Amino acid sequence: MAKKVYERPIIRPLNTGMMNKFGTRTEYLPVTHIDGVSVKSLIKQYGSPLFVFSERQMRENIRFAKRTFETRYPKVQFAWSYKTNYLNAICNVFHQEGSWAEVVSRFEYDKALNNCVPGDKIIFNGPDKTDEDLRVAIKNNSPIHIDHLDELYRLTDIATEMKVKPRVAIRVNMDTGIYPMWDRFGFNYETGQAWDAINKILASGKLDLVGLHTHIGTYMLTPSAYGVAAAKMADLALGIKNKYDTVIQYIDMGGGFASQNTLKGSFLKGSDIVPSISEYAEVICTALLNAGFKNSELPTLYLETGRALIDNAGFLLGSVIANKRLSDGRKATILDFGVNLLFTSFWYDHKISPAQEFGMHTEDTVLYGPLCMNIDVIRENISLPPLNAGDQVVVHHTGAYTVTQSMQFIALRPAVVMIDLMGKPHVIKKKESLKDLEKNEEMPEFLKQFKLV
Amino acid sequence: MRIKKNIAVSDTGFLFNPSTGDSYSVNPIGMDIVQLMKLNKENDEIKKAIMNDYFCDDATFEKDFYDFTMVLRNYKLLDDE
Repeated sequence: MAKKVYERPIIRPLNTGMMNKFGTRTEYLPVTHIDGVSVKSLIKQYGSPLFVFSERQMRENIRFAKRTFETRYPKVQFAWSYKTNYLNAICNVFHQEGSWAEVVSRFEYDKALNNCVPGDKIIFNGPDKTDEDLRVAIKNNSPIHIDHLDELYRLTDIATEMKVKPRVAIRVNMDTGIYPMWDRFGFNYETGQAWDAINKILASGKLDLVGLHTHIGTYMLTPSAYGVAAAKMADLALGIKNKYDTVIQYIDMGGGFASQNTLKGSFLKGSDIVPSISEYAEVICTALLNAGFKNSELPTLYLETGRALIDNAGFLLGSVIANKRLSDGRKATILDFGVNLLFTSFWYDHKISPAQEFGMHTEDTVLYGPLCMNIDVIRENISLPPLNAGDQVVVHHTGAYTVTQSMQFIALRPAVVMIDLMGKPHVIKKKESLKDLEKNEEMPEFLKQFKLV
Repeated sequence: MRIKKNIAVSDTGFLFNPSTGDSYSVNPIGMDIVQLMKLNKENDEIKKAIMNDYFCDDATFEKDFYDFTMVLRNYKLLDDE
């Protein structure tokens, strides 16, 4: 008789009628391939853990988003949010699809220039722009989004000194009926700060106010808040037209559209509650179209969506290092990736699938990373089939804010691979080495030699 | 190591403890182990039988068997001497 496939013996109590914090079983199929490439072959070739991006999914996402907005509003421009994922290959997929660049620091700005994005198509956001940054942005004719009065005054001085009229927008924060209200960036709408800034800009005549920008929050589950924001932005733009006879060229609605990840503490899965891009588009476009702009003065709608365009195109592959039993009886599995690579696991319950066949039984499990730190927990509770050391897993929806927020802490960062439209994997970032890590370190002469006794 | 005599074991993977009212589900290999325990087999005999039926190496089974019996003990299903 042929031997049977081995699976770790497991037993679990049956609690009929009681809620289980580990949730019900949700994974019925292993994820053995990504865009036709086997997970095992990817790990064999590039190592474990490994970030994998699907070019096909990224292009599908941006094309769908563009189509969704462009069928509702005549003038739409997407700008790729560099901080979401600024690997050059990733940025260039979005640039090839017509997205401009939206950056929030000088190094992101330089990255966009290096990616051949023309200066006038780099939107410069963020609260930290040095005088030198502002000068470079002015020279390149980039739209500068002013965050605070200090920046406004500095920019006015620099513009006077350079004898140019930079293209600027102000960032506006506002109450859109959601909590928490983001008011740390930009000028407030309700208290009149935004109007004060607009008056200063237009009265001085030294800056060219071309746009208005807002970014009402992140992972926004309430599309109607965008409708409120768009109406308030349109009100400002129309007010500027009435008072100064100045036509605002664009309204930048920022980003914040949710991806299908599940937030910690959410009763329902992200995929069940996250609004579609169409729902966001409908409220934003309707608010702008109904605001009362003349057709010839309709502002272009800028969108800086990041998360919703890339999260589902990214996967993190990893392997099981070990299993253990905790003192309270819970099963714990240690994986070779942790919060160093998956910073997002602090706020998401990431969906995790085994990469090999498994049986019908599952175990309540805690997933730990490899770091020798107590905070390194990927999932506090998840129902998974028994995994053995060496087995592989696929973490879904890891495209946004994982690579850019990954930490070189205890472990070196892994390679990043992109699978192209033909199903061919390409390394877009090599695995980190000790040499990379130490290349900026310097050793004072007196510490170079010693004798350890 | 023996399963308590009063524990009811079904062929389809359920265990029932009549003294507490608790019931449990067990995967097929776990069931094989429980059945062998019910037959008062020693650990070495259990290991031999399982290794005979499943693709598995010594070390893996030893670790997993240790963990499994720890859980059985935790659920008070073992008749510890």
